[in-house]
Amino acid sequence: MNNMSRIAVCDGNEAAAWGVKLSRPDVVAVYPITPQSSLVEYLSKFIADGELDAELMNVEGEHSVLSALQGACLAGARTYTATSGPGLAFMFEPYVRTPGLRLPMVASLVNRDMLSPQCVWGGQQDVMTVRDTGWIHMFCESAQEVLDTVIMAYRIAEHPEVMLPVNVNHDGNYLSYGVSRVEIPSQSVVDAFLGDKNVNWHAALDPDRPMAVDPLTGGADAEGAARFAAYRQSLCRGMQNALAVITDVHAEWECASGRAFAPLVEEYRLEDAEIALVTIGSMSGAAKDAVDAAREAGIAAGVIRIKTFRPFPVEALARAAGKVRALGVVDRAVSYGWNCGPVCQEVLGALYRTGRAIPVLSFIGGLAGADLTGEHFARAIEATRQALATPPEARTPAPVWLNAREEGMPR
Amino acid sequence: MNAIAPQEYKSDLKPIWCPGCGDYSVLTALAKALAELGRPREEIALVSGIGCSSRLPAYTSVYGFHGVHGRALALATGLKIARPDLTVLAAGGDGDGLSIGGNHFLHACRRNVDMTYLLMDNQVYGMTKGQASPTTAPDWCESKLTPLGPGVSPVMPLHLALASGVNFFARGFSGNPNELARLILEGIRHPGFSVIHVLSPCVTFRPEQRAWKQAVHAETVPPETEPAAALARFAADDGFATGVLFAGTRKAFMPERATRREWRDYEARFAA
Repeated sequence: MNNMSRIAVCDGNEAAAWGVKLSRPDVVAVYPITPQSSLVEYLSKFIADGELDAELMNVEGEHSVLSALQGACLAGARTYTATSGPGLAFMFEPYVRTPGLRLPMVASLVNRDMLSPQCVWGGQQDVMTVRDTGWIHMFCESAQEVLDTVIMAYRIAEHPEVMLPVNVNHDGNYLSYGVSRVEIPSQSVVDAFLGDKNVNWHAALDPDRPMAVDPLTGGADAEGAARFAAYRQSLCRGMQNALAVITDVHAEWECASGRAFAPLVEEYRLEDAEIALVTIGSMSGAAKDAVDAAREAGIAAGVIRIKTFRPFPVEALARAAGKVRALGVVDRAVSYGWNCGPVCQEVLGALYRTGRAIPVLSFIGGLAGADLTGEHFARAIEATRQALATPPEARTPAPVWLNAREEGMPR
Repeated sequence: MNAIAPQEYKSDLKPIWCPGCGDYSVLTALAKALAELGRPREEIALVSGIGCSSRLPAYTSVYGFHGVHGRALALATGLKIARPDLTVLAAGGDGDGLSIGGNHFLHACRRNVDMTYLLMDNQVYGMTKGQASPTTAPDWCESKLTPLGPGVSPVMPLHLALASGVNFFARGFSGNPNELARLILEGIRHPGFSVIHVLSPCVTFRPEQRAWKQAVHAETVPPETEPAAALARFAADDGFATGVLFAGTRKAFMPERATRREWRDYEARFAA
């Protein structure tokens, strides 16, 4: 058996397709949407070329995609799909039921900003809108991490202590179309890592144990209410169990592939750091470059990159944040009503565990495909440093909009 | 009466369709039809969904809305109910109107609200770069997503519309914008829900559709007025017959507005 990996040059969509192919799904259902379309076309090619033995269902919309996969998954199939922005919105009804059904699906979200205004470019408003639906969410920084995380996602989703669907998020445009060097592991390595396929032990069509899944539950009587609460508690347990499972699976993948990724929260140059930027997704590379430049200028800055967003890694985040005196959280989405980015709001929640009310600034940028450059992160580093010197009563709670119109620009 | 020039119904935005796209001519035909209709721009509304053809409203100067994927007809229905005085049009492609929007197509036909739908059919998802749509032939093998062909029967808009209660169905070709303009105008003037099925080639992803110019043939027999007769006549339709194919006689649907009632009606009810 050939255990050698090989090197390819490909974009994030193709990297995701390679991860899916190596994970041997049984059923793939798709509906094309920008910037996901090429991902499912790569999968279609693998199937047409006989390299992947899976059924590809080309259906009439995303609502049907996920409904079809629910049927397949209930029948014990390993499944995959991918979507973006408005496609996710159209998928919402079956999407919210999937975690409660404990179906261990894996789906890529090629993150795209939400309408309106109409736009087809990258942003993370799509995923942030579904953060509390019970899906596990992991975010990737590079095409390599996309490929590896898709494979790991099947182990995490199908773990008996988890049994929850996983979204592997990769930023539209920057990761979906950005080309880089990627190491493609051999099939034998992935087969050994994933082990025997045992996808749906709790509900698969079993001739010895036929059952109707998801009857009407709940209601005002004590028995119905308690049963409903038990399902919710069970889902919460699966979520919390996932923290350890994700960590273990990353460690095992490192042994199998030789590549290490921080499973929950990555700490970059946090030793002796005064402040840190909190990032998520593909923006992290530019943030790290900006931190390197700041370090050369004598500024003690670091990066805390969130890999796993659901379940939220409260302890890991608090541990990392405990090393610095101020945080600047950069979001590619908006939490309406909080007037800050959603990741910022979550970080504030986790900070409570540290017992330290350090300054936290919210930066919002990269909306609808806007570029987040080293210069933007340099500005964020500088503003976060200044917050250290600002008395609490003088700190503004308003977010800093990194790509907003500057003075003198035409309205 | 024709006080407004066709050009006045176009906006200043330059369309970003591919060179050779049939949709340019649909825009021209629509502007011509609206000029013939002669209503001022603010008495016309055009709603679309998502896709190349759904960019149409931005290129016109009437009230326009670029709606949610597949929902143009639902949106247009709501608009017409709120403002029955407006001339309401919806536009979109075969992907928008027959995949995600397929359900709305059925219900717009059976509801029969007085509006006109431009179904711009190129048998492909153009905006996502060339995948099979619901009207694509089962053996079309040029899509990366279905390299062996979609393998399923295409939706026939004419048969679907007739079976669902449409009140007017015409088929036009973007390569004949004068005839298309006439069909659009007739559709607008016909009461109830009118479908203008426009063969509008995508020369980028379906270059073979250039041959549609030779394939289309004008229908010389007058339109049917009974759905059953139309279904029988067009049972073996080749999809290229152009002209008015069906002109029904159903009354357009408009829900009763409770507020139109006089206060005396209520007084009488409570007195009883």
